[in-house]
Amino acid sequence: MTTHTDVLVLGGGSTGCGIARDLAMRGLEVTLVERGNLTEGTTGRMHGLLHSGGRYAVSDQASARECIEENEILREIAGHCVEATGGLFVQRPEDSDDYFQEKLEGCRECGIPARVLSGREAREIEPYLADDVKRAIEVPDAAVDPFRLCVANAIDAETHGARIETHAEVIDLLRDGDDIHGVEVRHESGPGKRTHTVAGTTEEITADYVVNATGAWAGQIGNMADLEIEVRPSKGVMTIMNVRQVDTVINRCRPKGDADIIVPHETTAILGTTDEEVDDPDDYPEEQWEVDQMIDTLSELVPILSEARTIRSFWGVRPLYEPPGTGTTDPTDITREFFLLDHAERDGVSGMSTIVGGKLTTYRAMAEEIADHVCDKLGVRASCATADEPLPGSETIETLEAGMDDFGLRSPVARRSKQRLGSRASEVLDTDAANPVVCQCEGVTRAEIQDAITQSGTDLNAVRIRTRASMGNCQGGFCCQNMANELHPEYDEETVRAALDELFQERWKGERHALWGEQLSQAMLNYALHATTMNRDRDPASESGDLEYAAFDSGRQTPQRRADGGN
Amino acid sequence: MAIEDDVLVLGGGLAGTTAALAAADQDVQVRLVTHKQSTLRHASGLIDVLGYTPAGDGPLVDPFDALSDLPDGHPYERVGVEAVREALSFFDDVAGEAYAGAHTGANALVPTHGGTVKPTARYPASTAAGLASDDRDTLLVGFETLPDFEAPLAAAHLEAAGVPFTARGVTLSFPGIVRDDAKVTRYAHLLDQNESVSTGAGETGAREALAAAVEAHVEDESRVGFPAILGDEHAAEVRADLADALGVDVFEVPMGPPSLPGLRLEDLLYDALEDAGVRVTSGVPVVEYETGTDGDRIDHVVVDRTGSKLPHRADQYVLATGGLVGKGVRSERERVYEPLFDCHVPHAADRYDWFVDDVFGDQPYARFGLRVDRELRPLTADDEPEFSNLRAAGAVLSGYDFAAEKSGGGVSLATGYVAGTRAGEEGGE
Repeated sequence: MTTHTDVLVLGGGSTGCGIARDLAMRGLEVTLVERGNLTEGTTGRMHGLLHSGGRYAVSDQASARECIEENEILREIAGHCVEATGGLFVQRPEDSDDYFQEKLEGCRECGIPARVLSGREAREIEPYLADDVKRAIEVPDAAVDPFRLCVANAIDAETHGARIETHAEVIDLLRDGDDIHGVEVRHESGPGKRTHTVAGTTEEITADYVVNATGAWAGQIGNMADLEIEVRPSKGVMTIMNVRQVDTVINRCRPKGDADIIVPHETTAILGTTDEEVDDPDDYPEEQWEVDQMIDTLSELVPILSEARTIRSFWGVRPLYEPPGTGTTDPTDITREFFLLDHAERDGVSGMSTIVGGKLTTYRAMAEEIADHVCDKLGVRASCATADEPLPGSETIETLEAGMDDFGLRSPVARRSKQRLGSRASEVLDTDAANPVVCQCEGVTRAEIQDAITQSGTDLNAVRIRTRASMGNCQGGFCCQNMANELHPEYDEETVRAALDELFQERWKGERHALWGEQLSQAMLNYALHATTMNRDRDPASESGDLEYAAFDSGRQTPQRRADGGN
Repeated sequence: MAIEDDVLVLGGGLAGTTAALAAADQDVQVRLVTHKQSTLRHASGLIDVLGYTPAGDGPLVDPFDALSDLPDGHPYERVGVEAVREALSFFDDVAGEAYAGAHTGANALVPTHGGTVKPTARYPASTAAGLASDDRDTLLVGFETLPDFEAPLAAAHLEAAGVPFTARGVTLSFPGIVRDDAKVTRYAHLLDQNESVSTGAGETGAREALAAAVEAHVEDESRVGFPAILGDEHAAEVRADLADALGVDVFEVPMGPPSLPGLRLEDLLYDALEDAGVRVTSGVPVVEYETGTDGDRIDHVVVDRTGSKLPHRADQYVLATGGLVGKGVRSERERVYEPLFDCHVPHAADRYDWFVDDVFGDQPYARFGLRVDRELRPLTADDEPEFSNLRAAGAVLSGYDFAAEKSGGGVSLATGYVAGTRAGEEGGE
């Protein structure tokens, strides 16, 4: 099977989806292919910080300026993905006064609103800050939901005619002499929305232009066409706490260092991070010391973290890049700027450019630059509208916040549902059908789950990133089954079972890194519920061989009813 | 001075209540102290004895065929096969007609709310008509406001598991439920009290309304299964009324927490404690303990009642505080421990050795607990009893994975029975 498109985008992270949206809005025919789920690479594996730019105000002022610009744009176009938490750069007694001053001046030079707070003022805002915190600089950092942001870009791209194919892995770049003209992909199921148990096919997709937006995986794509792309994947750990110990982004005010940021995110707080170069973005160690370091080091800023409950940890891989010959050894010193590699100029191979580096906060600006570049290549004259056109969900946020309609839901559930869905809330939640809560921890109702299933087929991890269902304290122990139930009857029993098994195993992957204290108890309860109560670990439906039912107790054919009715 | 009893049982789950009842059978004064809600409300209410061997063979038709081959240190190996039989029979006497399964040595395969079947030795009377080895065709009824149980899916799953009957499911609206997120106890209460509800046909009792809603969907089936919400205190009466109205047998499919069958079992056990004259003190944590002068015996424990420190002294003590879920075993980043007496809990030093990567793999954490001698006395790292008058029972024990083996209820009964009986014998001396 072969199909053709104007522009083919490789990679379903924030950059790829941003590019797809931008080009689709400019009227081009776009196809995007992604190996796994949207956000599965790096986008869904970050701390959720929408940078004010303060972090780069000393070391990398170009990045800092771009951050504050994009920060302000995203609050407008993606309001339902952003929580305006504000941020603090916190100075401890042992942290340098000179650096604090440099940070403050740097912020001001870059146009980042910044205000100095005394230790006491900082603790008034965040009571759990350590008693010996000396001062802080307040900046407009914010929390962003990378899943929601990325999915909203993909949805809008589709609305503008783009084709988004997830679970479609590139297995070959089609190169003809010095020209790249498409890819061959393997669909895990389908093509189309993923359905477990449906056989996959391969497909050749040709395009007038290919954009490689696979980030940390860009080198692997390049190899398929003998192009060398010197991406330097660098891993970082993030540890999720079960509650928000802070409501403001807390940064440590020192030049650089691991474990120096806490980002409040929905019901949780995320501790980050580390920076360590890895060889293979798909295979690197996830180690205990990294988790311990997050807790121990960040407890210096917020002491209660040392005793708090963590619900999981996860690792992400930054797509760092530096031009050949730069020779930086410490990955923390590699620039966070992004690079557009035009392979025609660079390698004499036309038809494809690669985008590497960069960060989520500036995804839109990156996408704009690539889209300009692609239009230039294709001789298309069209201008970018992504800075002005709100994403689906963010069109009429003010109206929604003013609205009193709770769609028959209890107010905490309604409030959180509306926050997640933004201006799509009434479209999704306004239903005559029964709408019970499917995920208690995150307050996700059936209607929201069904909306996500419509978008993503049987992939419950795709449902998860759209709704947050199974991302709370119980890590899906209580709701994975309920989420899977929602797939039926549209999908058959065998398909539902496969989808459930995949989600449950995925949840366990991150929980393993939080297995002590309350969360180990929770893990045992989840295990007992799924193995003891449901026998999902030894389900005869999933085992080979026939079970001889007749050998077991068949009960009493006529149960004796008790006259007194009591028991 | 202290509050004095012969036997003090710490923990109010299945093991603790069984231990208290067994001790009381020895004509001694028994007190049971509980802190938090027991984990019975999390449990399905089924009494599993052994569904699978530790190697994963099964489901076992007869658990007793495999009981004598269990590895050293398994709680059943500690107490011996005969004690398991006695404990089951003890439970059968306590439970009476509320439970079934005693008429055969074979395990029953009970449909689960996830849709497959699981082996168990004793089951609430409410599930008796639903057994998977009964070849009568089955209609499962789910409710659109109860997302935990998708009846058509569960029916398809049962068929995929090879059950010897045709299973069908329907999803209905539950008469009288107005909130989409009503708790399961609300459903149970509606039926228990047979509250008046509005239907298209006017006001009727909740049971009649439910039967009327289901009736049109029953085809050739002679039994109908519901999620386990059919009443609480009057569950048998609710089932009987539904069965009469529908002209079929009615059964419940056990559900996850909060579990009505688990809560009913809890009520049954606490009623039995009252009948047996066991003093029950609930809602109080044990905060410290004192040993006698030689350090070998526990002299007394101190409970915290809203800030007051009350000493409780007994001759014999039974620790039945549960496992990781019940918090009888706790953990920190660097260690796993037993919080009341700091009894030795064997575990790997590196917490990344506490688990394996397959979620249903052979999980070391599932076995965390106390090692005991054949008297069920917790052992130190040097294999010496921690205290001469302390025994342990139930999920606080190590040496087994109740979730994989489906042995949780049986181990709690057997070890509770043995620990309680021995404590009663010695406490009466």
